[in-house]
Amino acid sequence: MLELIANHGILAAILVLLGLALAFGALLGFAAERFRVEGDPVVEKIDALLPQTQCGQCGYPGCRPYAEAIGRGEAINKCPPGGEPTIAALADLLGREPEPLDGEAQEEPRVAYIREAECIGCTKCIQACPVDAILGAARQMHTVIAEECTGCDLCLEPCPVDCIELRPREPDAWHWPRPELIASDRHDPPIIAGAASR
Amino acid sequence: MSDFLLILVSTALVNNFVLVQFLGLCPFMGVSNKLESAIGMAAATTFVLTLSALVSHLVFHRLLAPLGLEYLRIIAFILVIAAVVQFTELMVRKTSPLLHQVLGIFLPLITTNCAVLGVALLSVRRESSLIEAGLYGLGAALGFSLVLVLFAALRERLALADVPRPFRGAAIAMISASLMSLAFMGFAGLVQG
Repeated sequence: MLELIANHGILAAILVLLGLALAFGALLGFAAERFRVEGDPVVEKIDALLPQTQCGQCGYPGCRPYAEAIGRGEAINKCPPGGEPTIAALADLLGREPEPLDGEAQEEPRVAYIREAECIGCTKCIQACPVDAILGAARQMHTVIAEECTGCDLCLEPCPVDCIELRPREPDAWHWPRPELIASDRHDPPIIAGAASR
Repeated sequence: MSDFLLILVSTALVNNFVLVQFLGLCPFMGVSNKLESAIGMAAATTFVLTLSALVSHLVFHRLLAPLGLEYLRIIAFILVIAAVVQFTELMVRKTSPLLHQVLGIFLPLITTNCAVLGVALLSVRRESSLIEAGLYGLGAALGFSLVLVLFAALRERLALADVPRPFRGAAIAMISASLMSLAFMGFAGLVQG
């Protein structure tokens, strides 16, 4: 047998390559078992950053599926309850550029409002609210805790008498809005535009 | 001892694989956009280069040469490199998932980094000992890392510079790479490589 191999170089070549491939394959198989990764650690980290309201506004059936989708490369700007802080944290974690919130979402923040005269106290909207922002009890009038509401509109659907609506969030009365610039304020040409047109 | 130092300096600086021998240009251009990923790539390539130089030296001198199968060295080395890269990918995924995501496709593409195969083939041709082969691989890897990290830092600054329109993007990257290559020719007289 050995003589046969020694006399036929091609056999030796085939055997050597086969042996090498088998040896490396066995090593890699062992390493794959030894260094197996439990789940996907990145998805865990992304999931921890999402607000866990499970509201589904991103188009996925909850925060965990959206986290997995981000891990596969989905856009990071589809979470309205999280808003800008969540996008910034995700961008920081994943090393991507932060983007503005997805266009389908509302531009201005909104808040749910219950027309209390029409409310029959069915508690269905309380069960639907992902952030427990609706206060009330059975056959008692409900109301929305405006500071807690994320404007996710999940409470609109279950209401049997359609007494809930989304209204623009009232501006914070304790801080004056910054005065907007008017044309006469802008006599200095902006520096960056000047550099680009050089 | 000075022999070993000579090998390191000669492969890392004088005969730098990227800028003097023009091997491994693909990751040099591809992963040098961000300093962070360049450092990760440099670390992964250093690991692969050193390990594959050692293993291919063993495979050549213990397996191929005694059987008179030297002509199989290229395919055998490719096999060695592919296995080492696969092993590195497993390690990186386990130890640093984020780095794994940042490097992405470039991690398995170390397999086709011609610097890795070039180091294995050239070190066999030098008829060196096992330690020398390892140092040769390490030196080449250090040179590659140095150049990659320097170039990535350079490109990060280039991104902010006011480059003339026709030179933006790949063109200015090529030009700055060639200037770096010219600069590395200054090492030519340092060691007789």
